[in-house]
Amino acid sequence: MSDIRFTEEHEWIRLDGDVGTVGITDYAQEQLGDIVFVELPEQGKTVKQGDEIAVVESVKAASEIYAPVTGEVTDTNGALEEAPETVNAEAEDGGWFFRMRVTDPGELSTLMDSDAYKSYIAELD
Amino acid sequence: MAASRAPEPTEPLRQTPLHGLHLSLGAKMVPFAGYDMPVQYPLGILKEHLHTRAAAGLFDVSHMGQAVLRAKPGIDIAECFEQLVPGNIRDLKPGQMRYTTLLTGTGGIIDDLMVTRPVAPEHADKLFLVVNAARKAVDFAHISAALGDRAELKPLDTRALLALQGPAAAEVLSAHIPQTESLGFMQAQRIEIDGADLIVSRCGYTGEDGFEISIPAEYAATWAEKLLAAHAVEAIGLGARDSLRLEAGLCLYGHDIDETTTPVEAALGWSIGKRRRAEGGFPGAAIIQKQLADGPSRLRVGLALEGRAPAREGAAIVDAAGQKIGQVTSGTFGPSVGGPVAMGYVDSAFAKPGRTLAILVRGKALAAKVVAMPFTEKHFHRND
Repeated sequence: MSDIRFTEEHEWIRLDGDVGTVGITDYAQEQLGDIVFVELPEQGKTVKQGDEIAVVESVKAASEIYAPVTGEVTDTNGALEEAPETVNAEAEDGGWFFRMRVTDPGELSTLMDSDAYKSYIAELD
Repeated sequence: MAASRAPEPTEPLRQTPLHGLHLSLGAKMVPFAGYDMPVQYPLGILKEHLHTRAAAGLFDVSHMGQAVLRAKPGIDIAECFEQLVPGNIRDLKPGQMRYTTLLTGTGGIIDDLMVTRPVAPEHADKLFLVVNAARKAVDFAHISAALGDRAELKPLDTRALLALQGPAAAEVLSAHIPQTESLGFMQAQRIEIDGADLIVSRCGYTGEDGFEISIPAEYAATWAEKLLAAHAVEAIGLGARDSLRLEAGLCLYGHDIDETTTPVEAALGWSIGKRRRAEGGFPGAAIIQKQLADGPSRLRVGLALEGRAPAREGAAIVDAAGQKIGQVTSGTFGPSVGGPVAMGYVDSAFAKPGRTLAILVRGKALAAKVVAMPFTEKHFHRND
């Protein structure tokens, strides 16, 4: 079982070795509604924890996605360009946004685990 | 993820007579123009939009301002109201309605509105007005101040307003109210049914055939439920109302038009009657007549973007050299178009359909083209 962590801004990151896969949570896609466009980062881009890294657009509005930890983008989910609705259908699985090489694994401890995130969103509603 | 959040309202939100129904249908409620309104139902904006174009959608637009303007003895109500708007009100036949604009002294748009002349001869001294929710206080004060000595404005604040829109709307409504079948586009009729005094008009804000039903508040929920019971009808929120009107090329007040834009710049010149163009006699007439004669320096146009990224309100429109030549006033992903749609103002030199431009979205210049509006084919009812 790989380690999955959550940000207060509703991104998730699943770590496999030193590579993290990043997306938005099911709660986030539910809040956004129908997703019509995802702007993915460029491969090789380096970001610091909390940097704006991608944009997700619903019919109503654009929302920024932040880097959950510091690192370098190694891969993006190109399938979202033609089928952004995958984020609604499979937010925490097939609707992933990008992969990144995590340079400071210590930052992961600043994020929530699954139980902590569940209590966090329970309080938002 | 940081989703845009609406500012905290400073006053308690008002509720429409259908508030309880929205909650029971599972609507997501948001503040809009001082009201707690449904932005979407569990179906979601995209499906609500497509459903309205395919079958029929029911919208609660009770937040809009309804009023009756009644002439004082010896005053012609149409001539009186023409002093505030450039539309041809005098020639409105009983039961006919028209889109027009309240103007400032410099031809800026205070609001856009629907004006209906009642059918009954005993109401020949009245006009029925429907104005935007966010502008009703301003409009009503303006009309009363300008015409108070000649006419009396009575807000109908105990009435709800329902909109039933879409290709199945006529069939659904005529099953309950057979008289609506023969109602022509931009015509209205007062209908008393089961004790409820309704004003039904064939018009709307989606580009589809449809009706707006003004109804006393106490009957609104029953009628909404009656219409929703039809298989063809789904409840539709403000989110889809916005994407539907944008695809239809229709203006949203406070975004595409305001007191700094004239009807000519807003490509609403068609709403200025021929006689009115010649004679003037409305606020800002000199400025508007000059714009009609010489062409305005900027014009509201439709914009189709390449790719899938929507351009939103405020995005700069630039020419090939990167010079700013305009600004987007509304933009979204058009569910029926299947791509991004926007409207905005550009320098008139760039306003011709087919013209290639670019729109700056997050620092990137996205290719766009000026296109004729509506973005989707209009399906208004044709009057025989």
